[in-house]
Amino acid sequence: MNNETWETVIGLEIHAQLATKSKIFSGSATAYGAPPNAQANLVDLGYPGVLPVLNGAAVSMAVKFGLAIDAGIAPESVFARKNYFYPDLPKGYQISQYELPIVARGHLDIVLEDGSRKRVGITRAHLEEDAGKSLHEGLAGSTGIDLNRAGTPLIEIVSEPDLRSAREAVAYMKKVHTLVRYLSICDGNMQEGSFRCDANVSVRRRGTQKLGTRAEIKNLNSFRFVEKAINYEVQRQIDLLESGGTVQQETRLYDPDRGETRSMRSKEEANDYRYFPDPDLLPVALSREFIEEVRRSLPELPDAKAARFAAQYGLSPYDAGVLTASRELADYYEEAAKHLQEAGRPNPKLAANWVMGELAAAMNAEGIDAASVSSRIPSQQLAVLLLEILDGTISGSIAKEVFQAMWKEGATFNVKDFIEKHGLKQVSDPAELEQHIDAVMARSPAQLADYRAGKDKLFGYFVGQVMKATGGKANPAQLNELLKKKL
Amino acid sequence: MSLHTLSLAELAAGLAARKFSSVELTRALLGRIAASQPQLNALVTVTAESALAEAARADAEIAAGRAGALTGIPLIHKDIFCTRGVLTTCGSRMLSNFVAPYDATVVARLRAAGTVMLGKANMDEFAMGSSNETSFYGPVRNPWNPALVPGGSSGGSAAAVAARLAPIATATDTGGSIRQPAALCGVTGLKPTYGRVSRYGMVAFASSLDQGGMITASAADAAVVLRAIAGFDPRDSTSVEQPVPDYVTELTRPVAGMRIGLLREFFEQGLDPENERRIREALAVFERLGARLIEVSLPSIALSVPAYYVVAPAECSSNLARFDGVRFGHRCAAPRDLMDLYERSRAEGFGAEVKRRIMTGTYVLSAGYYDAYYLKAQQVRRLIANDFERAFGEVDVIMGPTTPTPAFELGSKTSDPITMYLNDIYTIGANLAGLPALSVPCGFVGALPVGLQIIGRHFSESRLLSAAHAYQSATDWHRRLPAAYE
Amino acid sequence: MKREQIASIAHLARLSLTPDEIPAYQDSLGRILSFVGELERARTAEVSPMAHPLPGLTQRLRADAVTETDAHELYQGNAPQVEAALYLVPKVIE
Repeated sequence: MNNETWETVIGLEIHAQLATKSKIFSGSATAYGAPPNAQANLVDLGYPGVLPVLNGAAVSMAVKFGLAIDAGIAPESVFARKNYFYPDLPKGYQISQYELPIVARGHLDIVLEDGSRKRVGITRAHLEEDAGKSLHEGLAGSTGIDLNRAGTPLIEIVSEPDLRSAREAVAYMKKVHTLVRYLSICDGNMQEGSFRCDANVSVRRRGTQKLGTRAEIKNLNSFRFVEKAINYEVQRQIDLLESGGTVQQETRLYDPDRGETRSMRSKEEANDYRYFPDPDLLPVALSREFIEEVRRSLPELPDAKAARFAAQYGLSPYDAGVLTASRELADYYEEAAKHLQEAGRPNPKLAANWVMGELAAAMNAEGIDAASVSSRIPSQQLAVLLLEILDGTISGSIAKEVFQAMWKEGATFNVKDFIEKHGLKQVSDPAELEQHIDAVMARSPAQLADYRAGKDKLFGYFVGQVMKATGGKANPAQLNELLKKKL
Repeated sequence: MSLHTLSLAELAAGLAARKFSSVELTRALLGRIAASQPQLNALVTVTAESALAEAARADAEIAAGRAGALTGIPLIHKDIFCTRGVLTTCGSRMLSNFVAPYDATVVARLRAAGTVMLGKANMDEFAMGSSNETSFYGPVRNPWNPALVPGGSSGGSAAAVAARLAPIATATDTGGSIRQPAALCGVTGLKPTYGRVSRYGMVAFASSLDQGGMITASAADAAVVLRAIAGFDPRDSTSVEQPVPDYVTELTRPVAGMRIGLLREFFEQGLDPENERRIREALAVFERLGARLIEVSLPSIALSVPAYYVVAPAECSSNLARFDGVRFGHRCAAPRDLMDLYERSRAEGFGAEVKRRIMTGTYVLSAGYYDAYYLKAQQVRRLIANDFERAFGEVDVIMGPTTPTPAFELGSKTSDPITMYLNDIYTIGANLAGLPALSVPCGFVGALPVGLQIIGRHFSESRLLSAAHAYQSATDWHRRLPAAYE
Repeated sequence: MKREQIASIAHLARLSLTPDEIPAYQDSLGRILSFVGELERARTAEVSPMAHPLPGLTQRLRADAVTETDAHELYQGNAPQVEAALYLVPKVIE
């Protein structure tokens, strides 16, 4: 969206469900998909007399995140009550953090479309509990409340209003998504609601400093929706302002069927949340030792891994970025590259091309993610296939056919047997190739003459003909060399 | 045999010697309860059947030689403690249909100690009040004079013990709700240090002030109960990991040399002169026992009532938000929409004082007022806590009146909330600072009991109980019974 | 206190008020607020607010373990309206 007059200002609030076994303040399970209210105990239900007790794993995960974004970790943070009435909020308040969050200011770097890097500020990140779910369908004029989700730990990550386009917002959101999965603190499953985003969107005349009135678009749960919703909202606000209207500070929802944002009816008035420190919880004190222990448990982070891949494997920054999009994919790639190295045929670029190419395509076609691909095709098996190419046993194009068969069968597939059985070995014998070449030359006098007269393009014709004659198994490098000599 | 006048030690001895059984004891007390209800209205629920079953089980334990100090001892739980399978109303219409699905920790520990629950004590609604006049189940009356209030919010608990309907009644104290009714009813009431007794299962009024305790006929009896209920509970984050002394064996700690602080400010305020005389006589007893009286000052203490009436309503407005007619409790008939469900269920479920405090609390937390009220009150709270700490550098305990006057007439203070709030003038400071405090009977003004308050440092319950025990060994106010209940 | 203030506080607290209750609240809340207004005269310039009565205590951390089982039938015994294990409220439109 290229606009000379108007500048877009976006800040994202991301809610990531922390991957703890039990809830943040109770010992109920957090597993997705249980029958309604089967995972809601007295504490989650807000029964009279019950009290919250803090899950240490939620704290460690929040600290992990803070360290990964270079943020200060508060030595003492405080839980506060955010008071409002809604049926999915059993206590009539949400336990959150207000004045003293556990994670202070940090940042994340994103790569823009033009390849440049941008640093996005993160104002803060804090711990809070999730609310339950409202179901409106099939209940004859009532709404049904399921409190299984109530009390699931969340980390709320608030960015500075540093984002200037929907694309930037998506890039930032993807970066956070990658990071929380790298850290194993969130499974990032947007369909299940583990990773949600609210976007604060405003526009202002280019060159002005003052921020325009912002609208908050809530509960965006896919990258596509975030992009579309922001673009729609920006245009809506521009149209409104250009026709002399004013933007209301309000909460809006994105309607994916209509592709538009609309005002939320139930939240017309600005809520007074009456925050105050929760008297049932004491301040959370984190010692230096605790924080250092968490720091020691940090994995290699995405940016560091991508930089290392680029240096160690000679990959372009873009390729390194693609391969490190998830820890599982990065690990898979590294294992494959290592197998090649150990077999005496190091070729990280080949491994990269295949992982990003054939493998990725097959994964996408079936919706298989990097965490599951190893059970389909172990990295070692892919490496065996690549070694056959590197040994000259099969050509690259034949290898693609073998890959398709291997993908279909899965982990039991034997590369060497398949090649043997289907006679897929490359024809590299110069004598044999020359025979084929001679045969083609003999039956194509016109093309031969044209080529020799200067039509270089016809080289491909001869290549193709020999390939056809050999069932695609002619060694391409050998063939090229011999053709050049003979033609 | 006047079983109802026996101390816990005498009851335990009697049960062990098979002079009587727990079932007999339970029957006797159930009879007293039934006879007293029309006049006192001290109980909301009587659990006769289950009590007799529990008593029978206790008798078996006693016969098998497995009895503890509380095995087979009947008690009453304030209706603010969740009791599994039994109606738990908090004196409110909002919970008039609420059968608790779990036991509060206090209840569970006393059950494990072998006690027999006779029923649930009436109380000011959601623990808000100083006269037990706000209960949905009707007021409780003072056994010493049924035209007068027993005090509140644990009015039912205090009246029950004063009338010897049970030797023990659990109770809670947020601004004086154990001590004040104990004083007005001539019995002993202890509010432990904040965090000493688990709040799990104790329906919350003001979370940073509430503490569970007990009302008994003597400090010696209170020590037995405290030993059973005190101690860390992992289900309460504000519960403190502090070892529990044997309060019973420590009762005989001598008072000689103890430095008793007398608060200048408490003897200046609106203290009834006859009340004061009883207090001074009690202090003289302590001097004879070897204690020293030292004047101390808590300059900020006058602000304790205003500070309390900001903090407590604020916390209660939030704690009571869960009563919304959705998952439990009162729901209005035929709600038109969600807003109507909330507004009408809550308006119908809560009484006037509760609503007043919710409104006050909502206001002092609201945007623009938080700093001026809530924040300010929490700052004053620190001033008061600091004052106490300084004072406890010079003295071991602070003593003074529990209440400004003896029991007053029903309906006499209900027109202006402030008049009622000022009943708590001596007790509130200990809640704000989280300090342990108890009240023991120390004489009469006319025919009405007067209470002496003893406040100590954090976790000094042993000192408080032994001081009270020494006083009760040298006097017999705590053995007096209202004529109608002898 | 003004009528609109009382009405807005009641709304925040989800308490329905009849028109004649409003003056009663104006009066009682007015009295209470002027009573607690005494706090103003306290000198609290450098004093940090006290949220918990026992100083220096910090939050205990619990091990991340599932300790609860499905007891929804017991808990829903108290519910005013339940269907298919869901708590029902009048339809909410977002």
